[in-house]
Amino acid sequence: MMTMRATAFVLCSASIALSACGEKTSGAARKADVPAFQGTTGAAAYAAGGWKAGDQAAWEQHLRTRMQGQNEYARVPSQP
Amino acid sequence: MARMKFICDAERCIECNGCVTACKAEHDVPWGVNRRRVVTLNDGLPGERSVSVACMHCSDAPCMAVCPVDCFYRTDDGVVLHDKDVCIGCGYCSYACPFGAPQFPSNGTFGLRGKMDKCTFCAGGPEANGSAAEFEKYGRNRLAEGKLPACAEMCSTKALLGGDGDVVADIFRNRVLVRGKGSEVWGWGTAYGKPATGSTQPAKPEGKKS
Repeated sequence: MMTMRATAFVLCSASIALSACGEKTSGAARKADVPAFQGTTGAAAYAAGGWKAGDQAAWEQHLRTRMQGQNEYARVPSQP
Repeated sequence: MARMKFICDAERCIECNGCVTACKAEHDVPWGVNRRRVVTLNDGLPGERSVSVACMHCSDAPCMAVCPVDCFYRTDDGVVLHDKDVCIGCGYCSYACPFGAPQFPSNGTFGLRGKMDKCTFCAGGPEANGSAAEFEKYGRNRLAEGKLPACAEMCSTKALLGGDGDVVADIFRNRVLVRGKGSEVWGWGTAYGKPATGSTQPAKPEGKKS
Protein backbone atom coordinates (compact mmCIF):
# COMPACT_ATOMS: atom_id res chain seq x y z
CA MET A 1 0.00 0.00 0.00
CA MET A 2 2.81 2.37 0.96
CA THR A 3 4.67 1.53 -2.24
CA MET A 4 1.63 2.37 -4.36
CA ARG A 5 1.19 5.69 -2.58
CA ALA A 6 4.84 6.53 -3.02
CA THR A 7 4.68 5.64 -6.71
CA ALA A 8 1.54 7.72 -7.21
CA PHE A 9 3.16 10.63 -5.39
CA VAL A 10 6.28 10.43 -7.57
CA LEU A 11 4.20 10.24 -10.75
CA CYS A 12 2.06 13.20 -9.72
CA SER A 13 5.12 15.23 -8.77
CA ALA A 14 6.85 14.40 -12.05
CA SER A 15 3.81 15.29 -14.13
CA ILE A 16 3.50 18.64 -12.36
CA ALA A 17 7.21 19.36 -12.57
CA LEU A 18 7.48 18.50 -16.26
CA SER A 19 4.24 20.16 -17.31
CA ALA A 20 6.08 23.39 -18.15
CA CYS A 21 8.35 21.58 -20.59
CA GLY A 22 5.56 21.34 -23.15
CA GLU A 23 4.47 24.92 -22.72
CA LYS A 24 4.61 27.03 -25.85
CA THR A 25 6.20 30.46 -25.71
CA SER A 26 3.70 33.23 -25.28
CA GLY A 27 5.77 35.75 -27.26
CA ALA A 28 4.65 36.94 -30.66
CA ALA A 29 5.88 34.82 -33.55
CA ARG A 30 7.81 36.48 -36.35
CA LYS A 31 5.67 36.99 -39.43
CA ALA A 32 6.63 35.67 -42.84
CA ASP A 33 7.66 38.22 -45.43
CA VAL A 34 6.71 38.36 -49.08
CA PRO A 35 9.59 38.51 -51.60
CA ALA A 36 10.17 41.91 -53.16
CA PHE A 37 9.71 40.61 -56.71
CA GLN A 38 6.04 39.99 -55.89
CA GLY A 39 5.58 43.73 -56.21
CA THR A 40 3.73 46.19 -54.04
CA THR A 41 0.10 46.08 -53.01
CA GLY A 42 -0.19 49.79 -52.45
CA ALA A 43 1.07 52.95 -54.13
CA ALA A 44 1.35 51.19 -57.47
CA ALA A 45 1.74 54.58 -59.10
CA TYR A 46 5.20 54.81 -57.55
CA ALA A 47 6.37 51.45 -58.85
CA ALA A 48 9.02 51.59 -61.53
CA GLY A 49 7.94 50.23 -64.88
CA GLY A 50 9.70 47.71 -67.05
CA TRP A 51 8.93 44.57 -65.10
CA LYS A 52 5.88 42.62 -64.06
CA ALA A 53 5.04 41.89 -60.43
CA GLY A 54 5.67 38.23 -59.64
CA ASP A 55 8.22 37.74 -62.40
CA GLN A 56 11.45 37.26 -60.48
CA ALA A 57 13.71 37.13 -63.53
CA ALA A 58 12.26 40.39 -64.89
CA TRP A 59 12.58 42.07 -61.51
CA GLU A 60 16.21 41.02 -61.16
CA GLN A 61 17.04 42.17 -64.68
CA HIS A 62 15.29 45.48 -64.07
CA LEU A 63 17.28 46.04 -60.87
CA ARG A 64 20.56 45.08 -62.56
CA THR A 65 19.89 47.68 -65.23
CA ARG A 66 19.08 50.20 -62.54
CA MET A 67 22.28 49.34 -60.66
CA GLN A 68 24.28 50.22 -63.73
CA GLY A 69 22.84 53.71 -63.34
CA GLN A 70 25.33 54.07 -60.52
CA ASN A 71 28.19 53.35 -62.89
CA GLU A 72 29.07 56.58 -64.65
CA TYR A 73 31.64 54.74 -66.78
CA ALA A 74 28.71 52.88 -68.32
CA ARG A 75 26.42 55.92 -68.50
CA VAL A 76 28.98 58.18 -70.14
CA PRO A 77 30.90 56.49 -72.97
CA SER A 78 34.63 57.01 -72.81
CA GLN A 79 36.23 59.33 -75.36
CA PRO A 80 38.08 57.60 -78.21
CA MET B 1 20.51 37.61 -57.76
CA ALA B 2 23.27 37.31 -55.23
CA ARG B 3 23.18 39.43 -52.10
CA MET B 4 22.25 43.07 -51.68
CA LYS B 5 25.19 45.07 -50.34
CA PHE B 6 26.37 48.60 -49.74
CA ILE B 7 29.77 49.96 -50.70
CA CYS B 8 30.85 53.45 -49.68
CA ASP B 9 33.69 54.87 -51.75
CA ALA B 10 35.58 57.05 -49.27
CA GLU B 11 37.49 58.68 -52.13
CA ARG B 12 34.25 60.15 -53.42
CA CYS B 13 32.16 60.91 -50.35
CA ILE B 14 32.00 64.68 -49.86
CA GLU B 15 30.06 64.58 -46.58
CA CYS B 16 27.05 66.30 -48.13
CA ASN B 17 24.67 64.17 -46.03
CA GLY B 18 22.39 63.77 -49.02
CA CYS B 19 22.07 60.05 -48.22
CA VAL B 20 21.04 60.85 -44.65
CA THR B 21 18.44 63.34 -45.81
CA ALA B 22 17.12 61.04 -48.53
CA CYS B 23 16.69 58.22 -46.01
CA LYS B 24 14.95 60.39 -43.44
CA ALA B 25 12.61 61.88 -46.01
CA GLU B 26 11.85 58.63 -47.83
CA HIS B 27 10.93 56.68 -44.73
CA ASP B 28 9.59 59.48 -42.55
CA VAL B 29 12.11 58.49 -39.90
CA PRO B 30 11.25 60.01 -36.50
CA TRP B 31 13.30 62.70 -34.82
CA GLY B 32 16.28 61.26 -32.97
CA VAL B 33 16.63 58.19 -35.18
CA ASN B 34 19.26 58.09 -37.92
CA ARG B 35 19.21 54.97 -40.02
CA ARG B 36 22.14 56.34 -41.97
CA ARG B 37 24.81 58.84 -41.01
CA VAL B 38 28.07 60.15 -42.39
CA VAL B 39 31.19 59.58 -40.30
CA THR B 40 34.27 61.71 -40.97
CA LEU B 41 37.70 60.42 -40.08
CA ASN B 42 40.64 62.78 -39.45
CA ASP B 43 38.32 65.75 -39.68
CA GLY B 44 40.17 68.86 -40.80
CA LEU B 45 43.46 67.05 -41.28
CA PRO B 46 45.22 65.99 -44.48
CA GLY B 47 43.80 62.68 -45.61
CA GLU B 48 40.34 63.39 -44.22
CA ARG B 49 37.82 60.78 -45.31
CA SER B 50 34.07 60.52 -44.93
CA VAL B 51 32.07 57.33 -44.98
CA SER B 52 28.32 56.87 -45.12
CA VAL B 53 27.35 54.27 -42.53
CA ALA B 54 24.15 52.29 -42.00
CA CYS B 55 23.19 48.66 -41.57
CA MET B 56 25.46 46.67 -43.89
CA HIS B 57 23.13 43.65 -43.96
CA CYS B 58 26.01 41.42 -42.88
CA SER B 59 26.50 37.90 -44.18
CA ASP B 60 26.85 36.62 -40.62
CA ALA B 61 24.85 39.31 -38.85
CA PRO B 62 25.74 39.54 -35.14
CA CYS B 63 22.40 41.24 -34.39
CA MET B 64 20.60 38.10 -35.54
CA ALA B 65 22.80 35.96 -33.35
CA VAL B 66 22.21 37.87 -30.13
CA CYS B 67 18.50 38.73 -30.45
CA PRO B 68 16.76 36.98 -27.54
CA VAL B 69 13.36 36.96 -29.25
CA ASP B 70 14.58 36.04 -32.75
CA CYS B 71 12.94 39.01 -34.43
CA PHE B 72 15.51 39.20 -37.26
CA TYR B 73 15.31 37.41 -40.57
CA ARG B 74 17.15 37.51 -43.87
CA THR B 75 15.34 37.82 -47.17
CA ASP B 76 16.23 35.83 -50.29
CA ASP B 77 18.09 38.91 -51.47
CA GLY B 78 20.34 38.91 -48.41
CA VAL B 79 18.67 41.87 -46.71
CA VAL B 80 18.60 41.65 -42.91
CA LEU B 81 15.20 42.79 -41.63
CA HIS B 82 13.34 42.54 -38.35
CA ASP B 83 9.79 42.27 -37.08
CA LYS B 84 8.93 45.20 -34.82
CA ASP B 85 5.95 43.35 -33.41
CA VAL B 86 8.36 40.82 -31.92
CA CYS B 87 11.16 43.21 -30.90
CA ILE B 88 11.21 43.98 -27.18
CA GLY B 89 13.68 46.85 -27.45
CA CYS B 90 16.30 45.20 -25.23
CA GLY B 91 19.19 46.76 -27.15
CA TYR B 92 21.36 43.64 -27.43
CA CYS B 93 21.59 44.12 -31.20
CA SER B 94 22.90 47.62 -30.62
CA TYR B 95 25.77 46.27 -28.54
CA ALA B 96 26.52 43.52 -31.06
CA CYS B 97 26.46 45.61 -34.24
CA PRO B 98 29.93 46.79 -35.35
CA PHE B 99 28.37 49.61 -37.37
CA GLY B 100 26.05 51.13 -34.77
CA ALA B 101 23.10 50.50 -37.06
CA PRO B 102 20.30 49.69 -34.58
CA GLN B 103 18.56 52.84 -33.41
CA PHE B 104 16.04 53.26 -30.63
CA PRO B 105 13.40 55.96 -30.58
CA SER B 106 12.97 57.68 -27.27
CA ASN B 107 9.39 57.33 -26.07
CA GLY B 108 7.94 59.37 -23.26
CA THR B 109 9.26 61.77 -20.70
CA PHE B 110 11.70 59.38 -19.06
CA GLY B 111 13.45 58.30 -22.24
CA LEU B 112 11.78 54.91 -22.39
CA ARG B 113 13.43 52.96 -25.18
CA GLY B 114 11.14 51.95 -28.02
CA LYS B 115 11.44 49.19 -30.57
CA MET B 116 14.58 48.99 -32.62
CA ASP B 117 14.72 50.79 -35.95
CA LYS B 118 17.36 50.37 -38.62
CA CYS B 119 18.09 50.56 -42.32
CA THR B 120 15.92 48.11 -44.26
CA PHE B 121 17.78 48.47 -47.58
CA CYS B 122 14.48 50.11 -48.54
CA ALA B 123 12.86 46.66 -48.35
CA GLY B 124 10.23 47.37 -45.69
CA GLY B 125 9.30 44.65 -43.26
CA PRO B 126 7.14 41.56 -42.90
CA GLU B 127 3.88 43.44 -43.47
CA ALA B 128 2.34 43.43 -46.95
CA ASN B 129 4.60 45.14 -49.47
CA GLY B 130 3.69 48.79 -49.84
CA SER B 131 0.95 48.69 -47.19
CA ALA B 132 0.27 51.55 -44.79
CA ALA B 133 1.22 49.32 -41.87
CA GLU B 134 4.57 48.58 -43.44
CA PHE B 135 5.27 52.24 -44.13
CA GLU B 136 4.37 53.25 -40.59
CA LYS B 137 6.77 50.73 -39.04
CA TYR B 138 9.57 50.41 -41.58
CA GLY B 139 9.13 53.05 -44.26
CA ARG B 140 8.92 52.66 -48.01
CA ASN B 141 9.50 49.33 -49.74
CA ARG B 142 11.42 50.52 -52.77
CA LEU B 143 12.71 47.08 -53.70
CA ALA B 144 9.13 45.92 -54.22
CA GLU B 145 8.66 48.98 -56.43
CA GLY B 146 11.62 47.94 -58.55
CA LYS B 147 13.94 50.58 -57.14
CA LEU B 148 17.21 50.62 -55.26
CA PRO B 149 17.76 52.22 -51.83
CA ALA B 150 17.06 55.95 -51.85
CA CYS B 151 20.41 56.81 -50.24
CA ALA B 152 22.42 55.16 -53.01
CA GLU B 153 20.26 56.44 -55.83
CA MET B 154 20.34 59.98 -54.43
CA CYS B 155 24.11 60.07 -53.85
CA SER B 156 25.36 62.98 -55.94
CA THR B 157 28.92 61.70 -56.35
CA LYS B 158 27.88 58.04 -56.48
CA ALA B 159 30.15 57.39 -53.52
CA LEU B 160 27.49 55.18 -52.00
CA LEU B 161 26.71 52.16 -54.13
CA GLY B 162 23.84 49.83 -53.28
CA GLY B 163 22.65 46.70 -54.99
CA ASP B 164 23.70 43.22 -55.93
CA GLY B 165 27.11 42.54 -54.37
CA ASP B 166 28.66 41.35 -57.62
CA VAL B 167 27.44 44.35 -59.60
CA VAL B 168 28.47 47.05 -57.11
CA ALA B 169 31.82 45.34 -56.54
CA ASP B 170 32.45 45.41 -60.30
CA ILE B 171 31.56 49.10 -60.48
CA PHE B 172 33.90 49.87 -57.59
CA ARG B 173 36.69 47.70 -59.00
CA ASN B 174 36.52 49.54 -62.31
CA ARG B 175 36.78 52.87 -60.51
CA VAL B 176 39.85 51.77 -58.59
CA LEU B 177 41.51 50.58 -61.78
CA VAL B 178 40.79 53.85 -63.57
CA ARG B 179 41.93 56.17 -60.83
CA GLY B 180 44.70 53.89 -59.58
CA LYS B 181 44.08 54.39 -55.86
CA GLY B 182 41.49 54.23 -53.11
CA SER B 183 40.83 50.53 -53.06
CA GLU B 184 39.96 50.44 -49.36
CA VAL B 185 36.36 49.46 -48.80
CA TRP B 186 35.38 50.52 -45.32
CA GLY B 187 33.42 47.87 -43.44
CA TRP B 188 33.38 45.36 -46.30
CA GLY B 189 35.49 42.75 -44.53
CA THR B 190 33.60 43.17 -41.27
CA ALA B 191 30.22 42.83 -42.91
CA TYR B 192 30.81 40.27 -45.62
CA GLY B 193 34.08 38.61 -44.69
CA LYS B 194 32.47 35.61 -43.08
CA PRO B 195 29.80 34.30 -45.45
CA ALA B 196 26.99 32.29 -43.93
CA THR B 197 26.76 28.63 -44.79
CA GLY B 198 25.17 28.15 -48.16
CA SER B 199 25.30 31.79 -49.12
CA THR B 200 27.08 33.18 -52.13
CA GLN B 201 30.72 34.00 -51.58
CA PRO B 202 31.13 37.76 -51.36
CA ALA B 203 32.82 39.28 -54.34
CA LYS B 204 36.23 40.63 -53.38
CA PRO B 205 37.28 43.91 -54.90
CA GLU B 206 40.97 44.06 -55.59
CA GLY B 207 43.34 45.64 -53.13
CA LYS B 208 43.39 46.05 -49.40
CA LYS B 209 40.14 45.88 -47.52
CA SER B 210 39.44 47.03 -44.02
